[in-house]
Amino acid sequence: MFNPVYFDHNASSPLDPAVLCAMLPYLSEQFGNASSRHEYGRAARRALDEAREQVAQAVGAQPSEIVFTSGGSEANNLFIKGVSATYKPGLLAVSAIEHPCVIKPAEQLLKRGWMLRQLPVDRSGRVEPNQYQAVMAQRPQLVSVMYANNETGVLQAVETLASAAKAVGAVFHTDAVQALGKVALDFRQLNAAGVQAMSLSAHKIGGPKGIGALVLDKRLSLEAQIAGGGHERGLRSGTENIAAIVGFGLACQRATEQLSAQAQHLLTLRQQLESGLDKLGMILFSQDAERLPNTVYFACPDIEGETLVAQLDRAGFAVASGAACSSANPEPSHVLRAMGVAAEQARGAVRISLSGQAHCANNAAQIEQFLSTLSATRLKLQRLNAMAV
Amino acid sequence: MPNLPIYLDYSATTPIDPRVAEKMIPYLTEKFGNPASRSHHFGWEAESAVDAAREEVAKLVNADAKEIVWTSGATESNNLALKGAAHFYSGKGRHLITLKTEHKAVLDTFRELERQGFEATYLDVQEDGLVDLAAFKAALRPDTILASVMLVNNEIGVIQPIAEIGELCRERGIIFHVDAAQATGKLPIDLAQLKVDLMSFSAHKTYGPKGIGALYIRRKPRVRLEAQMHGGGHERGFRSGTLATHQIVGMGEAFRLARLEMDSENARIRVLRDRLHKGLSDIEALYLNGHPTQRVPHNLNLSFAYVEGESMLMAIKDLAVSSGSACTSASLEPSYVLRALGREDELAHSSIRFTLGRFTTEAEIDYAIALLHQKIGKLRELSPLWEMVQEGVDLSTVQWAAH
Repeated sequence: MFNPVYFDHNASSPLDPAVLCAMLPYLSEQFGNASSRHEYGRAARRALDEAREQVAQAVGAQPSEIVFTSGGSEANNLFIKGVSATYKPGLLAVSAIEHPCVIKPAEQLLKRGWMLRQLPVDRSGRVEPNQYQAVMAQRPQLVSVMYANNETGVLQAVETLASAAKAVGAVFHTDAVQALGKVALDFRQLNAAGVQAMSLSAHKIGGPKGIGALVLDKRLSLEAQIAGGGHERGLRSGTENIAAIVGFGLACQRATEQLSAQAQHLLTLRQQLESGLDKLGMILFSQDAERLPNTVYFACPDIEGETLVAQLDRAGFAVASGAACSSANPEPSHVLRAMGVAAEQARGAVRISLSGQAHCANNAAQIEQFLSTLSATRLKLQRLNAMAV
Repeated sequence: MPNLPIYLDYSATTPIDPRVAEKMIPYLTEKFGNPASRSHHFGWEAESAVDAAREEVAKLVNADAKEIVWTSGATESNNLALKGAAHFYSGKGRHLITLKTEHKAVLDTFRELERQGFEATYLDVQEDGLVDLAAFKAALRPDTILASVMLVNNEIGVIQPIAEIGELCRERGIIFHVDAAQATGKLPIDLAQLKVDLMSFSAHKTYGPKGIGALYIRRKPRVRLEAQMHGGGHERGFRSGTLATHQIVGMGEAFRLARLEMDSENARIRVLRDRLHKGLSDIEALYLNGHPTQRVPHNLNLSFAYVEGESMLMAIKDLAVSSGSACTSASLEPSYVLRALGREDELAHSSIRFTLGRFTTEAEIDYAIALLHQKIGKLRELSPLWEMVQEGVDLSTVQWAAH
């Protein structure tokens, strides 16, 4: 039977079966609306409260600091639009490698009289510290830098960056969607450094799609972006998606519990993969930066990434070219362009993102198989290219 | 004897139909791809499931699949429709119209638009809960750009004349939004006939999952919106964010079942609702809220005069129903919908919304009838007001001493 190997966990990861078990009652007999006052409603409310505690605990926050949203995109939109609405238009700074759901809302603020600075990154994809300081000197009101990049996996020096933002009175936000469950997150510690808000998503860590959260320092005022009924302390209205919230809570708990055990396994796999890619003459991006243990980003010289991933899919490997999260976008990755990678090379980019979670862990045999398939595929494509010329 | 508490709150939320849950499960297990992943089978498989579900949602309301945009629920749909249209068409005018009995998701969004500089008219409804078309027409102004009227009211179940309102709006080039969260599966909706530009839907009121809804955005004549959630450009730029495949599949199946089973199901539910109403009709000082016939067959909203609302809820806790009070923070406020019908606060507090659904049985209805008779009788025995009424005192003439 054709059983493809899944190497695209940064796009979406399979649901943890234990999480599914926890969700099932809320997809059947426990169907109450958490706003209802009768027993069906109260049972839903209890499940909601418990899940809020689980999420909070997993990231070192208080339950009252968690605002549930429909996912990471909404959490990022909520921060940028919701906090900016409480300020007079001023300066907003976001890194050049942010996910579109940070960059696009930031661009929307231009219409409301805001100025936008994109914080440049170095060749490895780290926010460039001198230029960051220069922007801070212009006293921005809002700063957003992601914790880990979805394409390169590069981790930013979030605490240092947040401290510098705090020093000039800026509100600092980090999109931690790709970091959750892959590195330890401690909102108390981050908050002390100056991080006032952090976005999370469930479906990258064995939880369901359609649920996420904004972790929010309670001293920060924020204007709701979805009005109507005053759910989530008035910050996000709409009937709570209990099944997904319950799944998110447990997924957070399980992913953080497994975190340290899987880190070494992932690093070993990454090492195996990278040395193999290196031997095949592939160009590896961000190799010298501190990164998530699960992400490898590379390009095959002379071969289009799109073509390569299509061939790999046929050969049974699900990988991504550029950012898989956005819809059909023929442009080369904005992340690689920001790193100064030539457009041609950026078009060849392929991302592999592994999982170390027990229910869907990748293994050494898969990596080995992948490397030999890649080698054969490249030969085939090179021959086709030669014939075309 | 039926299982307790008996669920008669289908307008708050419905259970997921087991057939719907069954369709969802594969997308919570092996079919886990991100529908936006363009480079592998997992992504394509998810995308085609999303497309099929979009067709089903469109079919229920006789629309084109391209006119359906997924959201996280009707609240988001209402926000997107109203803010999106108001902002896009703000160059044409600044005046908006809605009803006082709309859902909070519409009213709170209108308040927000007012803070942003739009001007809003909140129309009264008639005693039966229906909008007065003449009053609606009179409220339209040359600078009116947007009107929002719900198809079925969530508290009293009345069906607003949206076909007529649509004509009035279309003639004047006013964008017309309809919140149909409470309507799908309860009455036929034909968007090829109705002159509606935007329509909000929810899955969890129609036996689908929570956390998913949709917005219909008319293509001919084309209606434009400013997106409210930005990012990867999903949903043709109208709404960014990874699509929750399992929830979308669930909504598609729920709407498919609604289309196929609506007629027979509604006939059955109407019999049960009428049985409940008839069974309670011998209780004295009982008032029906909302138009007696221009309402969905699922809804019965009754006021039991001379009974204290909270005590009544405690007494009938074997029934999972909604009361005429909204629990906002610590205080109990009488329902603004019932107040808009001209009901006194006291009567609003002593109101119960019974909403029946797919799994309601005759035995449950009979149990509810018996329980209500017993408890209302007992509560009135304890009520000094009821005693005075029985003695023929006209309460409206009584001078109450302040404490």
